[in-house]
Amino acid sequence: MRRVVVTGLGALTPIGNNLAAYLEGLQKGMSGANRITYFNPENFKTQFACELKEFDATEFIDRREVRRLDRFSVYAMVAADEAVKHAQLDPEQLDVERVGVIWASGIGGLRSLEEEITYNATSDQPRYNPFMIPKMIGNMGAGHISMKYGFRGPSYGTVSACASTGHALGAAADDIRLGRTDVMVVGGSEAAVTEVGIGGFSAMKALSTRNDDFATASRPYDAERDGFVLGEGAGSFILEELEHAKARGATIYAEVMGYAATSDAYHITAPHPEGLGASTCMRNALNFSGINIDEVDYINTHGTSTPLGDIAELKAIQQVFGDKIYNLNISSTKSMTGHLLGAAGAIEAIACILAIQHNFVPPTINHFNDDPEIDKRINLTFNEAQERDVKVALTNTFGFGGHNSAAVFKRFEG
Amino acid sequence: MSNIAEKVKAIIVDKLGVDESEIALESSFTNDLGADSLDTVELIMEFEKTFDISIPDEQAENITTVGEAVSYLESQVKE
Repeated sequence: MRRVVVTGLGALTPIGNNLAAYLEGLQKGMSGANRITYFNPENFKTQFACELKEFDATEFIDRREVRRLDRFSVYAMVAADEAVKHAQLDPEQLDVERVGVIWASGIGGLRSLEEEITYNATSDQPRYNPFMIPKMIGNMGAGHISMKYGFRGPSYGTVSACASTGHALGAAADDIRLGRTDVMVVGGSEAAVTEVGIGGFSAMKALSTRNDDFATASRPYDAERDGFVLGEGAGSFILEELEHAKARGATIYAEVMGYAATSDAYHITAPHPEGLGASTCMRNALNFSGINIDEVDYINTHGTSTPLGDIAELKAIQQVFGDKIYNLNISSTKSMTGHLLGAAGAIEAIACILAIQHNFVPPTINHFNDDPEIDKRINLTFNEAQERDVKVALTNTFGFGGHNSAAVFKRFEG
Repeated sequence: MSNIAEKVKAIIVDKLGVDESEIALESSFTNDLGADSLDTVELIMEFEKTFDISIPDEQAENITTVGEAVSYLESQVKE
């Protein structure tokens, strides 16, 4: 079977606006949380989020183009551009018919929809902006990236809430394996820190309300975790068929060994209490990859910092790994970045690849109190990054609707 | 230039991202200022919002240059 490797990465995250800054944030264990600046949050139960810091879209995209893009598409363009440059992809040197784009977003252009509804709610005349629909629809990240570079292979979006990038990654790797394409630009972006986004997730009691100490609010596996912290941003990969990458002398950052997707078929938002869909998903991903459980060094968990979800996922890992779970490093980088929803799977897969590349495990920060329900022998990489020769890493992403995906990356060894 | 012409110019600068110096009365939105079909719909809508009027579609179709926009608006809007 054709092999798939990663030859480029791009990151735009609440703890760093490019790949190098993101790596530094992961190594240092930075918190990306801030009091919300995009709107006045004072009447909301949750008044903080992990926003991008000092990000100016017009540094990357001309002002006229920015106006036609929702923020989620701006983030997509910026992260994809970093990945394209990182991979040293030159569209003029490629068979662009065999280069595709699969770009995930869980929600799409929420802010663009909100603005139009807000205006029209008080206007006598219905005056809807002609750019509202092309800004809002969730496939537009893929559309804009393919247009910018002239990549004319398949391009579309994947939607599975917080698992969206997991599915994008799997679909893109499959396209290459099956010989449909040679290169894929893949990733996910999300820009849901808006009144509707915060209000909606808050109504579900999904968000932490630790307003007085928001920097430590995202605390997966802590006894006092009280919900997730909404984040925003994007992550991007260039996936490439191995021989194609070698032929153009590309640097290979990791190999995509495999991926699997399953469903809980249980509840719209609650995870299966025994982690049933999640454990099958990890097992299938490892089987497809031909990786034994004792080869895995690191698992980047979905670990959103919700009371139910964190426990269910650890149970699922225990079902798959048995006593080998104690040999693993496990961490939730959402403790630092917050939860980027549809883009979570993107920046977390990047964290896995950076771990493989730089021999470290990014930490689960904000650990204060042990949860009596969690086995203390499990190494959850609390508070500080740990050195480790990471050869194989697995990343989980799970979405509302009971969608699960898991992907396995391995250091490229020829 | 009239007050209306100044406002029209400002809208074009903002929406089409062009330099004020590029805008002349005879400039065509699509041929000279780089607007596509969605941009022209948006421009008409911004004129409606700014001047608090309603521009019927059959009138909007005749507004293809800066000058045509200004003279139409001057005929409809009391300053």
